[in-house]
Amino acid sequence: MMEKPEKLIVDGKRLDGREPGELRPLKIQAGVLKRADGSAYVEMGLNKVLAAVYGPRELHPRHLQQPDTAVLRCRYNMAPFSVDDRKRPGPDRRSVEISKVIRDAFEPVVFTKLYPRSGIDVFIEVLQADAGTRTAGINAAAVALADAGVPMRDLVSSVAVGKVDGTIVIDLTKEEDQFGTTDMPVAMLPRKKVITLLQMDGHFTQEEFEHALALAMNGCEQVYGAQKQALRAKYSTKPEEE
Amino acid sequence: MKMYEIISSVKRDYIADLARQNKRTDGRTLDQYREVSVETGQIKSAHGSALVKIGNTQVLAGVKIQRGEPFPDTPNSGVLMVNAELRPIASPTFELGPPDENSIELARVVDRGIRESETIDLDKLGITPGEEVWMVYIDLHALDYDGNLIDAASLAATTALWNIKKPQVEGWTLDEFPVSKKPIAVTVSKINGKLMVDPSLDEENVMDARLTITTVEDGSICAMQKGGAGYLTVEEIKAAYELARAKAAELREHLG
Repeated sequence: MMEKPEKLIVDGKRLDGREPGELRPLKIQAGVLKRADGSAYVEMGLNKVLAAVYGPRELHPRHLQQPDTAVLRCRYNMAPFSVDDRKRPGPDRRSVEISKVIRDAFEPVVFTKLYPRSGIDVFIEVLQADAGTRTAGINAAAVALADAGVPMRDLVSSVAVGKVDGTIVIDLTKEEDQFGTTDMPVAMLPRKKVITLLQMDGHFTQEEFEHALALAMNGCEQVYGAQKQALRAKYSTKPEEE
Repeated sequence: MKMYEIISSVKRDYIADLARQNKRTDGRTLDQYREVSVETGQIKSAHGSALVKIGNTQVLAGVKIQRGEPFPDTPNSGVLMVNAELRPIASPTFELGPPDENSIELARVVDRGIRESETIDLDKLGITPGEEVWMVYIDLHALDYDGNLIDAASLAATTALWNIKKPQVEGWTLDEFPVSKKPIAVTVSKINGKLMVDPSLDEENVMDARLTITTVEDGSICAMQKGGAGYLTVEEIKAAYELARAKAAELREHLG
């Protein structure tokens, strides 16, 4: 159990030295798993998250098949060792809800109508958690879907914003999440600049909310850059040498 | 797993076309709720209860207060638990079995509104530090599902908490039950680019996306949840917030 630090913001900077609008170090790698059709690995600060995509493939059980569209299924799962106190394996209420909102975040971008009777499965495994795991999971899943060659209208980029000691900050650490007052994960389609995931708990006035949303969208843009870079790193070809 | 029913494309087009003209199938304006009614205290075996009707949708909320073990990180604070039951009595689409993602989402959205607004002063609900505290269970029972369960359930939960008289449980020492705020969830749905409050069942079946915003008396936000397979623009989110504030003030009047 962490002790609450006296201050979370010192001289305008956060405990890890970041500015309020600065993301944690972000590392994204595409195509890290052999058997999956697409995969990605993301580190967002101390978060370590893997995403794998299987499909489009025949959907089982068959009664779930839809005659006119593919069914997108998302499963967010935390490894038992990913948090301080061992988490009981398997889905709990939190991960069921997160899986649902992640699916809602991806529905608008995947061309599901191209694959009737099929299923597209997105598996997100949190290996090490430090607040913002759903956003890291979304960032990984977007790259994994692209890596699988699933036709998409856009990527999905995600980051959380919150309020810590009265200051609006982006990409909260576990400490900031735990002792801050507000947490608001946001996912955005970076080309269209529209929101596909928005959750919030805590307290925001109207001004704080609008400022936080703008900050989050700016952060999503930065994440988008890293996602594109990860895909380019895997798929761009170097010109042949003479 | 599916909460929504399959809807004919004729009906879908009809609802979408009406929305384009700022109209709805039941003649409401876009910012109009169906008739709302709130009754309290009809369940004597619960410490607080409320039956909320929004149009044909009915949700019954009951609060039970019992002794229990605290969480290790808050050894002298009470515990709030919100649970939602979407039983087959309420809709032909609800099935028997363990809570599915819809009932879990419903319970967690209502839970966040109450928890994050600090409506219940949980710090007053300790008994023996580290050993025993008061547990506050809010159980949400959908009786008739005709759309917009979230708002009905949230209103029922908040009303049921305010309905608690001095709890008749052995060992209760406070003069009253420590509630202070009145968080109200308002769900705004988006159909064909238009925002409307209080979606009916048909509207839920065709909506692109929804955004639930829970506000307290001063208009600040304590919880939000986007749902549905579509997206929202920044302008739509801001407009939804304006709607949510205005409508929450209206709904809050039913609390008295």
